[in-house]
Amino acid sequence: MTPVTPHGSGTQVRGRPRVAPPGRARSCPRPRAGRGGRRPATPWLYLAPALVVLAALLAYPVYQLGLISLFRYTQAQVSGGEPTAFRGFGNYADVFSDDLFRQVLASTVVFAAACVVSTLAVGCALAVLLTRVRALPRLALMLAATGAWATPAVTGSTVWLFLFDPDFGPVNRLLGLGDHSWTYGRLSAFLLVLLEVVWCSFPFVMVTVYAGIRSVPSEVLEAAALDGASQWRIWRSVLAPMLRPILVVVTIQSVIWDFKVFTQIYVMTNGGGIAGQNLVLNVYAYQQAFASSQYGLGAAIGVVMLLILLAVTLVYLRLLRRQGEEL
Amino acid sequence: MKLPIRLAALAAAALVVTACAPQTSDNSSSGTDDKTGTLRVWLFQEVGNKPKERVVDAAVAAFEKAHDGVRVDVEYIPVETRAQRVKAAFNDPASAPDVIEYGNTDTAGYVHDGGLLDVTRDFADWSEAEATDPTARQSVTVDGKVYGAPFYVGVRALYYRTDVFEELGLKVPGTMAELAATARRIRAAKPDLYGLVVGGAYTYGAMPFVWANGGELATGKGGSYASGIDSAAARKGITAYTSLFSDDNCPAAKCAGMGGNDTVTAFAAGKAGMAIGGDFSHAAVEAGKVKGAYAVVPLPGVTAGSIAPAFAGGNNIGVLKSTSHRTLAVRLMEALASKKTQASLFDAMGFLPTFTDVRDQAAAEEPFVKPFVRTLAAGTRFVPASPAWSRIDSSLVLPTMFQEVVSGKKDVAAASAEAARKMDAAFGSAG
Repeated sequence: MTPVTPHGSGTQVRGRPRVAPPGRARSCPRPRAGRGGRRPATPWLYLAPALVVLAALLAYPVYQLGLISLFRYTQAQVSGGEPTAFRGFGNYADVFSDDLFRQVLASTVVFAAACVVSTLAVGCALAVLLTRVRALPRLALMLAATGAWATPAVTGSTVWLFLFDPDFGPVNRLLGLGDHSWTYGRLSAFLLVLLEVVWCSFPFVMVTVYAGIRSVPSEVLEAAALDGASQWRIWRSVLAPMLRPILVVVTIQSVIWDFKVFTQIYVMTNGGGIAGQNLVLNVYAYQQAFASSQYGLGAAIGVVMLLILLAVTLVYLRLLRRQGEEL
Repeated sequence: MKLPIRLAALAAAALVVTACAPQTSDNSSSGTDDKTGTLRVWLFQEVGNKPKERVVDAAVAAFEKAHDGVRVDVEYIPVETRAQRVKAAFNDPASAPDVIEYGNTDTAGYVHDGGLLDVTRDFADWSEAEATDPTARQSVTVDGKVYGAPFYVGVRALYYRTDVFEELGLKVPGTMAELAATARRIRAAKPDLYGLVVGGAYTYGAMPFVWANGGELATGKGGSYASGIDSAAARKGITAYTSLFSDDNCPAAKCAGMGGNDTVTAFAAGKAGMAIGGDFSHAAVEAGKVKGAYAVVPLPGVTAGSIAPAFAGGNNIGVLKSTSHRTLAVRLMEALASKKTQASLFDAMGFLPTFTDVRDQAAAEEPFVKPFVRTLAAGTRFVPASPAWSRIDSSLVLPTMFQEVVSGKKDVAAASAEAARKMDAAFGSAG
């Protein structure tokens, strides 16, 4: 096992029996006692700078978000037109009693899942392809991917929209679809956005996984090939398990990105599609809450999103950990 | 070791308790009324802003000459980010301007936010205010109090292609029914054109149909509002508008997602026989393919010879509550919104004046604005003067309703009932 990333739960689990001395706390294997006996404060001292930065940049905003979500807090309260009023979980009740919210939440989950699966599939397939082709096509593919990666989301969305434009778009002309409108139907509009999301996020997956594959010792792959394993079999039984830490990071990143997708939907479906059929959670939060300065409501939606993402990530890590112990 | 930790925890707890309410800025009126110093003004940055700057510079120079020891600092802010800028100004009175230009649909919201100064008495004392047209006056009024001076108005009317009408031997429609019939005849004869280009997200192009049929957006009940969008009359108007989204005029697949700008762009590019556009769309149409081959008439109403009520858009000039130069700022507001400034602004930018006499004079000089002035004279409508309007607007309640009907997801009754429910919820929570 080559620990290619510093963050890898699988590595840690398998490495544990060798590292941890019996009877000692895992977190501080500090053999020397400091002056004045055992001082449990010392590790915290070392961690302090990082913790301070984390607290300032992460904990405080999250605390503020949670706080604001409990108040009636609109522009009138911010600029002093009306007093701030505590409403307990009133904002949350408003959010969950809204039919549209539940509908949007469901479509966001499905859409994000489809995006994650497609992005990972495309990214991993192209990463394997990169290891198989010669230098020149590899360079071309790398450059193309970097181009897609570097394109700002607004620009990418506008270009995709133009490609599929019913009147002037080359795609309809190539496929002979006449003036078919891609953004009118709910599914076809989601498909269009999915293509753009995959296009702009697969390069990250591809480059990361490619780097991972390059660090796998070639003997292992040779051995598998000598045993007569197919390409698919090598990926499934050799590469994928060895790349697990990388795949974990890439998957979690993709889940978070795709769950929070905003620009693509906002630009390509003109703020949520015909009659709001293509709304996702972020665009919904923007329209319902932030555009009309209902910050309390917006903060409640933000907290709900945070909890969902946290839950998804934890469950995913937990599942992987279990699998890791079986291996 | 233990004691300081406890102390720190206690201090932290105290901090949390005292800080346990989100921040609020103090935006009460400053009370001071300096007679000298610098006045700061925010105006909107228009497309092609130079002529506006010249008009404003002249007005400002005259103002500075009349008031010793006063300097006026004008800044042009981009229209797209105005909401953030104005909110920031309300949040931070210390760096806020004294006088701002704002969109008239924002009036009620800004008043609710506690940002605008009540100038009811000053406005009544202002010699020029008398000629202000009633709709413009309504657009600066909330609960009977005046919060600014109207700067210019914008209304929409019917643009049509003179060459297409001549070729097909059509006459200008005189009623809404004729409008729909004419639109279908254009599309039938020229399938590559939309008859009357309409947009599912074009609220202010759709509302005249509702108003002409006797419907209302909302009716005021003692300071609060109740939605009227699901009344029988309003439903008739919604049906009239949404029936235009059909393959024999403007196919739903393409027109449902369009907004006002999209329809004007389509007309300017020569892709439509007719469109509903504003006096402010003039430049865009002139710059398009159809230059010289179009004319404008007021949008016809239900009965022959009537004009469908249009939405009275436009901007106002207001004074911020936090100003430390109350008297001067109000004087400057009057100078910027004066008859003289508005007349030169019309010459420079084509913005319609809010004073009836100035406007009539403008129409005499420039025949293009005649249909718009006639539309204004026939009576215009305005959005409910409620802070809830900004929420209704930004959560797309009306576009969603039109699009649900157009795309066949709901019928008129269900969609309008749902829209009315959402509007009432917004009115209710805005109080």
